[in-house]
Amino acid sequence: MFDNESPKSVVQVAPTSEVGGAVLSATNINKYFYEPEKFQVLKNISFEANRGEFLALVGKSGCGKSTLLYILSTMDTAYDGSLVMNGERLTGRTQDQLAAFRNEHLGFVFQFHFLLPEFTVLQNVMLPALKLGKYSNKEIEERAYQKLKLVDMQDHALKQSAKLSGGQQQRVAIARALINDPTIIMGDEPTGNLDKKNSEVVFEIFKQIAHENNQTIIAVTHDPDFAKGSDRIIEMSDGQIIS
Amino acid sequence: MNLKISLQIAKTHLLTKKRQTLIAMLGVTFGIAMFIVMISVIKGVNKFLEDSALDSSPHIRIYKEITSNHPSIIEEANPSHFNVTYHQLPKNELINIKNGLQIAANIEKEPAVLGVSPQISSQVFFNKGPVPFSGQIAGVDVVKEDKLYDLKKRIKSGNIESLLSTPNGILMGKTLARNLNVKVGDKITVTTPTGSLKLVKIVGTFGFGIQTVDGVKCYANMSMVQEILQKDKSFVTDIHIKMKDSQAALTYAKVLKNQYGYKTQDWAEANSAFLAGDKIRNGMVIMVSITLLVVAGFGIYNIMNMNVINKMKDIAILKATGFAGNDIVSIFLIQSIIIGILGALLGIIIGFCLSYLLSSVPFDAGDFLDIKTFPILFEPKYYGLGMIFGITTTILAGYMPARKASKIDPVAILRG
Repeated sequence: MFDNESPKSVVQVAPTSEVGGAVLSATNINKYFYEPEKFQVLKNISFEANRGEFLALVGKSGCGKSTLLYILSTMDTAYDGSLVMNGERLTGRTQDQLAAFRNEHLGFVFQFHFLLPEFTVLQNVMLPALKLGKYSNKEIEERAYQKLKLVDMQDHALKQSAKLSGGQQQRVAIARALINDPTIIMGDEPTGNLDKKNSEVVFEIFKQIAHENNQTIIAVTHDPDFAKGSDRIIEMSDGQIIS
Repeated sequence: MNLKISLQIAKTHLLTKKRQTLIAMLGVTFGIAMFIVMISVIKGVNKFLEDSALDSSPHIRIYKEITSNHPSIIEEANPSHFNVTYHQLPKNELINIKNGLQIAANIEKEPAVLGVSPQISSQVFFNKGPVPFSGQIAGVDVVKEDKLYDLKKRIKSGNIESLLSTPNGILMGKTLARNLNVKVGDKITVTTPTGSLKLVKIVGTFGFGIQTVDGVKCYANMSMVQEILQKDKSFVTDIHIKMKDSQAALTYAKVLKNQYGYKTQDWAEANSAFLAGDKIRNGMVIMVSITLLVVAGFGIYNIMNMNVINKMKDIAILKATGFAGNDIVSIFLIQSIIIGILGALLGIIIGFCLSYLLSSVPFDAGDFLDIKTFPILFEPKYYGLGMIFGITTTILAGYMPARKASKIDPVAILRG
């Protein structure tokens, strides 16, 4: 099924997206940095993530876990190997095709909230859904309120997003990640910039999403408590998965 | 690509940075306003000059050309020999158009012709005291001449009817009359190039608003001019023709030349200096307009570029959540277009107001031109052109930053 040119190709069949099956499968991912000199960041990474699984990606700084996450996020396309999500092979697709895929199937939560500061909380949450264009504006607004309720931010819906605290912004970012009911939600140190209390809130929301909504979560984290609470920990070192 | 969201995002961006938007807009506004004012003034001047030149000159003038440029008899007889002819003089040729009145009557029958005025024209001197003033006298049928040049409207004192009832009356250009210090009712002596004298009576003055006409020209009855030049009743030197369509004159002049064998001169040839001036002014408009629009374009380019740099994080987040390159281009291009449309609209309004103010500013051109205020042309075409220019400039200037925005790599920004 994979037309991988790598000689180290491992024959591995990616199961389709049935409940509980693998929704993400990465095979033989190799990645190099060329600046300042050629350096292999990721070495033959292969792993799978199942539906409804809460995965924590841990490792020391510079071990390549963020790099891996951005490859999985489809935003970084400069890698060797093969990436399949939701039964669709994503390697080799154009940027615009990948953008459309992200819009529908992926949600992101970043370390620094990254809301659009000029827009209200509600608009921020609605934007990806407006882009997808699957529902009417009214339905999208309703759904956005639902998601905001899930993260307990519905009372702030009409506030300018720049006026919220860090923890509040992160919760809005989670609501935004959820708006199109993506299969997979990715987090790059989603609690990295939050205090203990807010970290716990975010963690609880993630857990709820994974176990109740059956959505897969892959989060890079430095937070040992956060990792401990996840379903599976993938530990990386020197560009390789060690456990 | 979903234009509705792009428009919404663009609108939010513009509204949150009101001052920046306004400054970008004013750049376009200034460019377009100046463009409108300039083109209105220059087109107004062109039209005014063209009109006054055309109004006071015939569309076609037929006359006989006198030259000494023909070979001597010896030359004709022995073309291959070496001949020397000293001081060859022109033949004693009459300057009249043979059967001029008949030709005029024939031409008048043409449907495309508005009017024909055969006339006898001569250089003369006006003697008022010891100083002779040179001038030009045209013996005309004043009714026909009125049909061609709308003389009635140009009469400053007296009237043209009294010329019909006064055999030795003349209508004099107002500047000439002022120089000679004569008024309606005064008498003055006319001397012809052949030396005959005639006492004539001023029955009116006229002004075309052009120095070269008002300062030299006089109208008299055809019979009187024929008399002082000692010519017969059929002697005419010029035939002036006005067409219904001035453009048609350019081709009709050639037809007449072939038909009657006399020299014809159309209005474009007679006023080539005016028309060359037109071309130069039009060229100037184009150059200055382009400069203004380029400056406005650079203004927008700069501001949009800054905007894109300031919004890198937002662009990254939009791309991460699934906005494609085209969406990003449209978000920023829409901002430029909105700036362009609003700026151009405002520019057109300001341009109109300035032109209107200018059109009421007194402008004294002396005797040279009969004009009281700046000649301004209000032509909707140029306002439309300003709008199109404004929007095109902003689209061109906004496209590069927008493209740059769409090329931003979200990973580099999101990783920090």
